[in-house]
Amino acid sequence: MESKIRGVMQDHELELGPDPGPTPALDHWRYAKDEEGIGWLVIDRQGSSANTLSEAVLTELDLVLGLIEKDQPKGLVIRSSKPSGFIAGADVSEFAGAKDAAAVEQRITRAHQVIDRLEALPFVTVAVVHGFCLGGGLEVALACKRRIAIEGASFGFPEVMLGLHPGLGGTARLPRLISPLQAMTMMLTGKSLDARRAKAAGLLDAVTEERHVRNAVRAAVAGELKAARPGMMVSLFDNAFARRLLAARMRAEARKSADPAHYPAPYALIDLWEKAGGDRAAMLAGEIKSFAQLIVSDTAQNLIRVFFLRDRLKKIAGERQDIRRVHVIGAGAMGGDIAAWCAREGISATVSDMKPEPIAGAIARAADLYKKVLKKSIDQRDALDRLIPDLKGEGVGGADIVIEAVPEKLDIKHKVYAAIEPKMKAGAILATNTSSIPLEQLRGGLKKPERLVGLHFFNPVSRMLTVEVVSHDRAEQSALATARSFVGQIDRLPVPVKSAPGFLVNRALTPYMIEAMVMIDEGVAKETIDRAAEKFGMPMGPIELADQVGLDICLDVADMLKKSLAREQPDAPQWLRDKVANKELGRKTGKGFYAWKDGKAQKSGNGAEPTPEMTDRLILPMLDVCVGALREGVVDDADVADGAMIFGTGFAPFRGGPLHYAKARGVDDIVSTLRNFSQKYGKRFTPDPGWDQLTKRA
Amino acid sequence: MRPVYIIDGARTPFLKARSGPGPFTPVDLAVQCGRPLLLRQPFAPGDFDQVILGCVNVIADEMNPARVAALRLGMGERMPAFTVQINCGSGMQSIDTAYRYIQDGISDLVLAGGTEALSYAPLVYRRAAVEWFGRMFTAKSVWQRIANFFTLRPSFFSPIIGLERGLTDPVVELNMGQTAEVLAKLFDISRLEADEYAVESHRRLAKAQAEGWLADEVEPAFDRAGKVYTQDDGVRPDSTVDKLAALKPAFERPWGKVTAGNSSQITDGASWLILASEDAVKKHGLKPKAVIVDSQWSALDPSIMGLGPVLSATEILKRQKLALNDVELWELNEAFAAQVLACLAAWQNEKFCREVLGLEGAAGRIDRARLNVDGGAVALGHPVGTSGNRIVLHLVNAMRRLGMRRGIATECIGGGQGGAMLVEMV
Repeated sequence: MESKIRGVMQDHELELGPDPGPTPALDHWRYAKDEEGIGWLVIDRQGSSANTLSEAVLTELDLVLGLIEKDQPKGLVIRSSKPSGFIAGADVSEFAGAKDAAAVEQRITRAHQVIDRLEALPFVTVAVVHGFCLGGGLEVALACKRRIAIEGASFGFPEVMLGLHPGLGGTARLPRLISPLQAMTMMLTGKSLDARRAKAAGLLDAVTEERHVRNAVRAAVAGELKAARPGMMVSLFDNAFARRLLAARMRAEARKSADPAHYPAPYALIDLWEKAGGDRAAMLAGEIKSFAQLIVSDTAQNLIRVFFLRDRLKKIAGERQDIRRVHVIGAGAMGGDIAAWCAREGISATVSDMKPEPIAGAIARAADLYKKVLKKSIDQRDALDRLIPDLKGEGVGGADIVIEAVPEKLDIKHKVYAAIEPKMKAGAILATNTSSIPLEQLRGGLKKPERLVGLHFFNPVSRMLTVEVVSHDRAEQSALATARSFVGQIDRLPVPVKSAPGFLVNRALTPYMIEAMVMIDEGVAKETIDRAAEKFGMPMGPIELADQVGLDICLDVADMLKKSLAREQPDAPQWLRDKVANKELGRKTGKGFYAWKDGKAQKSGNGAEPTPEMTDRLILPMLDVCVGALREGVVDDADVADGAMIFGTGFAPFRGGPLHYAKARGVDDIVSTLRNFSQKYGKRFTPDPGWDQLTKRA
Repeated sequence: MRPVYIIDGARTPFLKARSGPGPFTPVDLAVQCGRPLLLRQPFAPGDFDQVILGCVNVIADEMNPARVAALRLGMGERMPAFTVQINCGSGMQSIDTAYRYIQDGISDLVLAGGTEALSYAPLVYRRAAVEWFGRMFTAKSVWQRIANFFTLRPSFFSPIIGLERGLTDPVVELNMGQTAEVLAKLFDISRLEADEYAVESHRRLAKAQAEGWLADEVEPAFDRAGKVYTQDDGVRPDSTVDKLAALKPAFERPWGKVTAGNSSQITDGASWLILASEDAVKKHGLKPKAVIVDSQWSALDPSIMGLGPVLSATEILKRQKLALNDVELWELNEAFAAQVLACLAAWQNEKFCREVLGLEGAAGRIDRARLNVDGGAVALGHPVGTSGNRIVLHLVNAMRRLGMRRGIATECIGGGQGGAMLVEMV
């Protein structure tokens, strides 16, 4: 709830200790002792909205620690003055491009020394954490003797998402503070704990509200805060045998979601802990070496690239426009879920449909989603209050954005537009979720075609991060800007694309799936085909993906693309049409290619091992389409294309994206392979003319 | 005196209480019909001056339901809101209070409603059981606690049904149904007449539903399980006098005349009205539907509370110098068929009219075709805190449909009161 009155008093809200006045020597930290003799060390990284531990920040910390050692306060509080949170981790940009493991080792060793120096301070040190406390930030907190969290804070080690593990002593300090099993789980999964759960685990000594920080700090410095006991779990694992047993289990668990050939970091961490978990010094030294090895690897560098791609896409959203009301037309699988997601993100979403039953279904699905993603029942209730059934379409007039998600038929959409355009308020934009009808056709009949844009969501909206923001040549720049900003506001990643059949993602996935069907006709087992893609690093093979998406939808997209694109594409096989006619649509009907039970495809264990050629047959067409889309200007640059494919299809992230992979593997190699395939398998493999440009373009 | 206009209104479908709490709490109901109502106004939800909501069975999670509803409806943290309770009259009291605030110039735009979820009426621990709990909490030692534990009695486990107590008058110790029995005797209402009236109520409601006459009034309600409620669900279109004749008396066996079939139903529902001053109408470009001309609350012996409408409506008629049949349309809440019929009989009873109402003679006969034209609480249900609001809302909608101008909405109130409101279309 907005609180204007409290907002007036906002400057007094974060308890930061006394203001030392201007300190020209320090850019990122400030330190002052209060009248009770307690030192307040506040981090506020210059020029950034979030605190990250860059080399400069750590060097300055070393300097300030020297000042503090001399000043001898009764105790030291460390906290952040940034509203966004404590510390988000290391500065990832400083790791990008690292090639020399020895140099990295040196830098990390220096960083360790700073953290060790903090740990060695002879008085009580207490970290006061609000917001996010991740990676290096958590390692700073672990180096303090006490940790106090503000309600709503979250704690985690996300390094594994970058192909790394903690590198500032976290691997040694965390399993000594909390149960090693829980510590390893945190570091292997990258999942965060909220303040309550972190306290229960023993990571925190107190959880309180901002208004009690002064008193909490006093208590900590006076030794009144009972230190969280490490518990017997810690001592239980202080022997090599127990660690060996657990390490084996952890490896088995990790293998379920991370192929060691593709993602070495979890296994490096498990190895490190198994060997050195009982010896703190060895663990710390081993951590430095292991981290340095990982960071120069392709996987880590590619995952760091993915991190920046995500950031890049996020920034495309531009300035926040504070959209408050959205109206969604069509409460089906997409429309209902789009509205539900908007309501979850705090936007009032009215939903209309021809009949009340689809709206009721959308609300039930929303209630289920909120139960999963919103912990407090009050938050679930509030989100449901914002999801407003609107049979008569009364919400159109007040909506900032009207999203149309009605069936994919031009005449239906035209009728809907004709009815609602006169009711839309000035400045509102009309967004269509179409995946197959060109916007150039949709805009005919609109009085203001310039405010039509495409907002192509993926299914399910809550898990698929990308939204293709589709422009056409008469779209107003401000309408597109609003669309992009909206996507950012609902915590999705905008991918600007030009109106063209299949935009980018569907266009790239179709040959992936069609080639799989050609291979089925050749007699290859579907499990083998899927494994060929999974070996490459795709999260799901093309056959399983087709079942997930729905065979009817795949068929529609395939037919539409074959009709509208110049690119060679095999006909969809008749047996696929028969399947669709028989309502064997995949996961949603319980049977498609696979039988589906409890949301899982029932795959048989047999099926031959896939060959590298099979993998190439599936993957290279995706790359070829991306090149073609780039050449045609459907996407602005290769990075956006890579980001869209990674976040929209799960394209093997550790490979850095399709076009990045292509350049890394070698454009010549790919082009010659494609030429080979076009002779062996058909014209569909003819390389796109854009390949020549690839190394020259960004 | 400033005119007070009725601008718009909406209600939820009325849902019969079955086993256990229904899908919507009192505030949930208020939000379900409040959202679409506010959505279609040309002004923002924050433009109201205040919210007044009638509610009798407030649940612990929703103290001052008016304010909780106002916040959940997005009316903003600066929206004053309070809840009113005058038993069955609560939904009309909210309108009346809003009416007086606007008339006095204190407010210009008020949201006045009623809500009730009788299916949430609590099971109440007996007093002795509550005291046992109290002793457990305040016990100072383990031994005290153990000693107290052994004072537990089996009877502590049989709770009192809150609704039962709520519907029993604490002064005359008659439940509401019994007061209808008293009236049936005083005014010679037969079992058959009551059953016939009940059947007609169901028939009228079923017709109104089939003809779509409630489409402008009832907003569908959507629960979390994917079910949508579009119509009042207590109606029995296949009701017949024979079927009703088979029912046993509900309150006074074996010879009573009041049965479950000819009484109002136990129901959940909510309703809202938007009231505005002339200034608000001009400021927001509103199109008023009706104006409130007069209102009246009367009190009488609780054992014959069912006559409340006769007293309160007659005061208005006297004050406005109107005859009974100058009123074109009536909404008289059907707490019990026998009670409605008793009211009609009272107006036709010369002695009653002269000695109780102070009239010169019998007031007259109300044409049934002008009374509860689309059915009433017997078929619809009587969510206690809501009905007073619904009958005003429906009066306005029915007058509009039938091209009539002057109507009275009136209801009896448990505890021995009656409320009435004179409304004219503009």
